[in-house]
Amino acid sequence: MTVEQFQDRIRAAAASGEKLRLRGGGTKDFYGNALSGEILDTRGYAGIVAYEPSELVVTARCGTPLAELESVLEQNRQCLPFEPPHFGTGATLGGSVAAGLSGPGRAAAGALRDFVLGIKLIDGRAQALEFGGQVMKNVAGYDVSRLLAGSLGTLGLIAEVSLKLAPRPQSQTTLRLEMPQARALETMNRWAGQPLPVSATAWHDGELRVRLAGSAAGVRAAATKIGGEAADAPFWDGIREHTDAFFSGPEPLWRLSLPSTVPALPLEGRQLVEWNGGLRWLKSGIDAALVREAAQRVKGHATLFRAQDKKADCFAPLAPVLERVHRELKAAFDPAGIFNRGRLLPGL
Amino acid sequence: MGAALPVVTALREFLPERAILHEEEDTRPYECDGLTAYRQLPMVVALPETEEQVQRILRVCSSMGIPVVPRGAGTGLSGGALPPGDGVLLSMAKFMRVLHIDPLARVAVVQPGVRNAVVSELAAPFGLYYAPDPSSQIACTIGGNVSENSGGVHCLKYGLTLHNVLGVRGFTIDGEPLEIGGGAPDASGYDLLALAIGSEGMLMVVTEVTLKLLPKPQCARVIMASFAEVEKAGAAVADVIGAGIVPAGLEMMDRPATHAVEQYVHAGYDLQAAAILLCESDGTAEEVEDEIARMKAILERAGATRMTVSRDEAERLRFWSGRKAAFPAVGRISPDYYCMDGTIPRKRLGEVLTFIGALEKKYRLRCPNVFHAGDGNLHPLILFDANDADQLHRTEQFAAEVLEKCVEVGGTITGEHGVGVEKINQMCVQFRPPELELFRAVKRAFDPRGLLNPGKAVPTLARCAEYRGMRVHGGKLPHPELPRF
Repeated sequence: MTVEQFQDRIRAAAASGEKLRLRGGGTKDFYGNALSGEILDTRGYAGIVAYEPSELVVTARCGTPLAELESVLEQNRQCLPFEPPHFGTGATLGGSVAAGLSGPGRAAAGALRDFVLGIKLIDGRAQALEFGGQVMKNVAGYDVSRLLAGSLGTLGLIAEVSLKLAPRPQSQTTLRLEMPQARALETMNRWAGQPLPVSATAWHDGELRVRLAGSAAGVRAAATKIGGEAADAPFWDGIREHTDAFFSGPEPLWRLSLPSTVPALPLEGRQLVEWNGGLRWLKSGIDAALVREAAQRVKGHATLFRAQDKKADCFAPLAPVLERVHRELKAAFDPAGIFNRGRLLPGL
Repeated sequence: MGAALPVVTALREFLPERAILHEEEDTRPYECDGLTAYRQLPMVVALPETEEQVQRILRVCSSMGIPVVPRGAGTGLSGGALPPGDGVLLSMAKFMRVLHIDPLARVAVVQPGVRNAVVSELAAPFGLYYAPDPSSQIACTIGGNVSENSGGVHCLKYGLTLHNVLGVRGFTIDGEPLEIGGGAPDASGYDLLALAIGSEGMLMVVTEVTLKLLPKPQCARVIMASFAEVEKAGAAVADVIGAGIVPAGLEMMDRPATHAVEQYVHAGYDLQAAAILLCESDGTAEEVEDEIARMKAILERAGATRMTVSRDEAERLRFWSGRKAAFPAVGRISPDYYCMDGTIPRKRLGEVLTFIGALEKKYRLRCPNVFHAGDGNLHPLILFDANDADQLHRTEQFAAEVLEKCVEVGGTITGEHGVGVEKINQMCVQFRPPELELFRAVKRAFDPRGLLNPGKAVPTLARCAEYRGMRVHGGKLPHPELPRF
């Protein structure tokens, strides 16, 4: 597969008005509003284009399996510190960037978008465009490459991505402490305001887990200060990949983004807290409007992350001015409206 | 003075007289920002104090079709706040309030006219600080930082403004309220915060900013290492990062730069060295001790001829003082200097510095270099005398060649100072017409009539065609064999 082949396919679709559904491994098909359009499979355009560990940057094609990329980085003692969830085998780099999701490391290390340095995009006019680059600092032109992170393929086909990397921490350890949610929220936020090497936090069902990462000496000192008992490291994989028992069950899964110090929301269902309180997962069958309203009241927003029934929009509605800007941007990138129609916002 | 300008009459309806400047003696101080080579007297300067006033000013200007240019402290180095001769310069200087600091949530909500350094001062009692620290931090404002996506000497580890701003609030050119991001992560929809930050005041006028605060590291120490060759210092930087260390700061200065600053601040730099590196570690005492030992060993192997580790905070600040004072120090040894801001992949450093050395001879101008080595951001400073028209001309050509070299090696024309009016021609070298056209479409999504900070950052295709024609015609395009468009 080549960029030119993508371009030909997109040019033809734009001319005929055919809708396209950009898709990598399909591991995130569940995410976003209903899928529509003919599948344009990106997996044929794969491989690492450039990687020099001492530059802390990797450039790879969209179809590169995320697992393959991570294993190459691992061999060089480097990583993607935002820990993008795979959600199954076959997740691709392009799909991960389009979904824009980050895992447990996000609160400490930053989000996926923070690590995007450059993107080669094929837009709705079938033009191959390049934004950003492979350098850490770049303020020439608008930051279009980060705009594309999390755009769910609605603005174009992300053909290549350059990401900033981080060294793998020398040492990691996970501790478990028993406490109720209110105290856990206070504790996580207090830790985050102290010079401690906390790299992830999660609370569920009376147990707070904290992961420390950094130099061996730093981790040891922090572990003594924090206390608790040693716990399993694989726990974080279960949180990142939603294989932990919390995520099972038929009820819809809501993802609530909130200011981290917001007290526990009194919503019916089970809750799991991540990101020092900034992210609250809710397993609950209650009415969508109730969840949205509860999140909005505390200046947050709620995403219907996984559900059989998606009658409610997956993403929180936008203020009218913002929605207009979204539509203008969509028209600028994809004038014929062929990419992933409606997946992010109705009609977009 | 004849009849008042119509826009002045319209602004008087809701702004006090002191908030509208339109006599030359009052508007003169606003004729340029930190890039003094470009000057333009604004038609009117407006100094609003409330969000409502900002909204009304924008509505007036938008309805009259008058351009608006927002301005913070005016410390920008690319002419991003160069006023419109036929429009309103919107000074946000009176938006100076820190609205709220929440130590538990680690956020500060501030108005855009708050100075960068003030945020860290006010957060200090809580053990917190605001990480981006541009050299101008005692003067530059948060609004300007948002506009330019400012960096500083610690951004390899702690990121740019982009990584440390959680949300912005403000208005479109038509006075419509916009709220992007905020205290909750990952706002719904597109990442418009990424567009707004670094947009050089061309998409919206920001009236409130939510900043992320970080815990102040318990301690920090810096290694000052000397190298007999600039290339060796560059290789040492790659060795440190290749070993899995992300230093809190990693800066390089060449000999002309250390000589210039040493006379000015007496930082104790090794004046024999061809280049010095400042390599900082921060964290807990245990982490710092460990990391300093590892970095020392790497620098030693990389050929450092002398190394000094700061023993206390006073000494650490003294080592940094020379770096932070590099621009004013250079200002003392030359009537004028022209600061460039290209970013390159670190591995190309030796090649680019050799290239700059050759240009010094070609244009008969001196050019000390200070370098954010950790993130590949170069600040070559061309020394010249602006009163000599030929020197100014040679300086501009020198700078253009350097920036185009940065693009050629896979870098960018600006790492943190912005394009503004200064580097608008080089945008035609870095981007092709379809990308430039998309940038223009992005602008239209926020500002359909192009009234907000017009003529900055994104060149028209016509301008690019003219620039390319001129460069080729003069026979000065550095590498005609390269495909560019």
